[in-house]
Amino acid sequence: MATSSTVLERRVAKPKQSAGLWSDAWGRLRKNRLAILGLVLVILLLTAGLLGPIIAPWNYQVQDLQAVFANGNRPVPPFSPGHLLGTDSLGRDLLSRLLDGARISVTVAFVVQIVILTIGVPIGALAGWFGGNLDNALMRFTDVIYAFPDLLFIILLSVAFRETAFGQALDGLFLVFVAIGLTSWVTVARLVRGQLLALKETEFVEAARAIGVSDRRIVTRHLLPNGLSPIIVAITLGIPSAILAESTLAFIGVGVQPPRASWGSLIADGEKYVRGDPHLVLFPAVAIALALIGFTFLGDGLRDALDPKLKGKQ
Amino acid sequence: MISYLVRRILWIIPVLFTVSIITFILMHSVPGGPWDRDKRLPEGVQARLNAQYGLDQPIYVQYVNWAGQFVQGNLGPSYRYQDRTVNTIVADGIGTTVQLGVMAFILAVLVGIPLGIIAALGHNRSPDYLSTSVSIVGIATPSFVLAILLIVFFGVELRWFPTSGWKGPQYWVLPTIALAGFPIAQIARYTRASMLEVTRKDYIRTAQSKGLRDRAVVVRHMVRNALIPVVTILGPIFAFLVTGSFIIETIFAIPGVGRYYITAIGTRDYSLLMAMTMLYAFAVAFMNVVVDVLYAYIDPRIRYS
Repeated sequence: MATSSTVLERRVAKPKQSAGLWSDAWGRLRKNRLAILGLVLVILLLTAGLLGPIIAPWNYQVQDLQAVFANGNRPVPPFSPGHLLGTDSLGRDLLSRLLDGARISVTVAFVVQIVILTIGVPIGALAGWFGGNLDNALMRFTDVIYAFPDLLFIILLSVAFRETAFGQALDGLFLVFVAIGLTSWVTVARLVRGQLLALKETEFVEAARAIGVSDRRIVTRHLLPNGLSPIIVAITLGIPSAILAESTLAFIGVGVQPPRASWGSLIADGEKYVRGDPHLVLFPAVAIALALIGFTFLGDGLRDALDPKLKGKQ
Repeated sequence: MISYLVRRILWIIPVLFTVSIITFILMHSVPGGPWDRDKRLPEGVQARLNAQYGLDQPIYVQYVNWAGQFVQGNLGPSYRYQDRTVNTIVADGIGTTVQLGVMAFILAVLVGIPLGIIAALGHNRSPDYLSTSVSIVGIATPSFVLAILLIVFFGVELRWFPTSGWKGPQYWVLPTIALAGFPIAQIARYTRASMLEVTRKDYIRTAQSKGLRDRAVVVRHMVRNALIPVVTILGPIFAFLVTGSFIIETIFAIPGVGRYYITAIGTRDYSLLMAMTMLYAFAVAFMNVVVDVLYAYIDPRIRYS
């Protein structure tokens, strides 16, 4: 078994004490060029999302009609004075709108994952810890959610509650985030359950018990680090799915309400002009691509860095 | 094994039941109704229409009526397309949607798996970088963006393929690629990771040390074992293909059933919406069973009881 030999190897062959899970992981992550690229992209996205309104050259809904008139009533092309990435057909600065879109994507990334964690972790933990009938019932419930058409659920929810205060929160986005979260916690719940089931029975937990390690130390040094990393990875890799879901919904006109625009709705707006003014589609598409790549690379890198089974190999 | 299979298939029934109840309640809590038009119908007409279609009854009565008809295979009248029943709408479009999904699936498997194998065999050399770049593009490009780009380049500029309709094989090319892009990337990534994992296994070292040719090691020992975990992502990929077909069918004006899915919500076409939901839920739940059974079949270490 790979696991038991790793434990033995570590005991016998490792002369110096490991620096601890997190600094070890950081050391491995730092050596992974793709992961660092991902981290840089994620930090850029976070900065754009947080500082967006401050660094944006224009307000996202201000129309620079003069520039559009000067251009023969057509969208201003990129690299024009005053509009680095050009404007849309209404004279709204594309860079500023992209920055506002970044803010939407950052919010999606976090709100959805918080919803997923608050539902998925308790359900998975209860099922994995207690087992038996409770486990059965909870897992059958996840089957139902899994088979549920998430797109339909999200659209129905956002249409049903559009007029309420809940539906109006965050320009209509809050509802979409919660709806995406409500349909995507299943993976995390199954993961947590599987982790608990597997870890309860592992040889290293048994071995730790046998040599008299206290329960608390088993939990903090063995169960938590081993169980936590897959969840961190799943959460990081869940972010691009959430960003993708939000932009797809925005593309078909569900979610954020005009004049605000997410990257998906910018692409839907730009589709009509794509032949003459491809920048209206290409720049938002690049923004989505960079965000998706950033979180995917970071998630992959975290998985490699946090997976203790790979320690000492490669 | 047989009893496991029967139990899993029977379990689909309560799943569908629960999904139908949730959808029914949500659907009827959405404001508005199927008779909303730009020009408002007179109150009396609306009331008579509601009475005729049973929409004036309490929601649980409506649900029981709907469920009674559903189990007999009757999906009800369409509120929007009043000359057609939902049965004929589904029957007309389902073939096209299934064809699109199957073609995209085959393309994703035929491109994704070799791409992943090539990347792993040339680990950290140019084949790996080439294959990884393809996966990155697939992951970073949502299917609706890929569809727009394909339409602009291969449809409008180069005029190689038509961009809307479904009248012959040349119409199939762009939608299939647009739908397969993301699954190709996912399958390639999983295959690559799984191949790299297998490379380190003891049985590969054994195979090499007993003098097997590289080719035999790769084909007989690595690939066959590496593909086992890849089967697990086929379920999520199938769900993606179904959802993706809604968007792709709308963009390419393909006469399948997927595009009704989104429009039925806007027009409050209750019976069509329920039919589409049940279709989706059945397809996803059924494919999950298929994937689990397939997994046990190709990996003899897994036994269900």
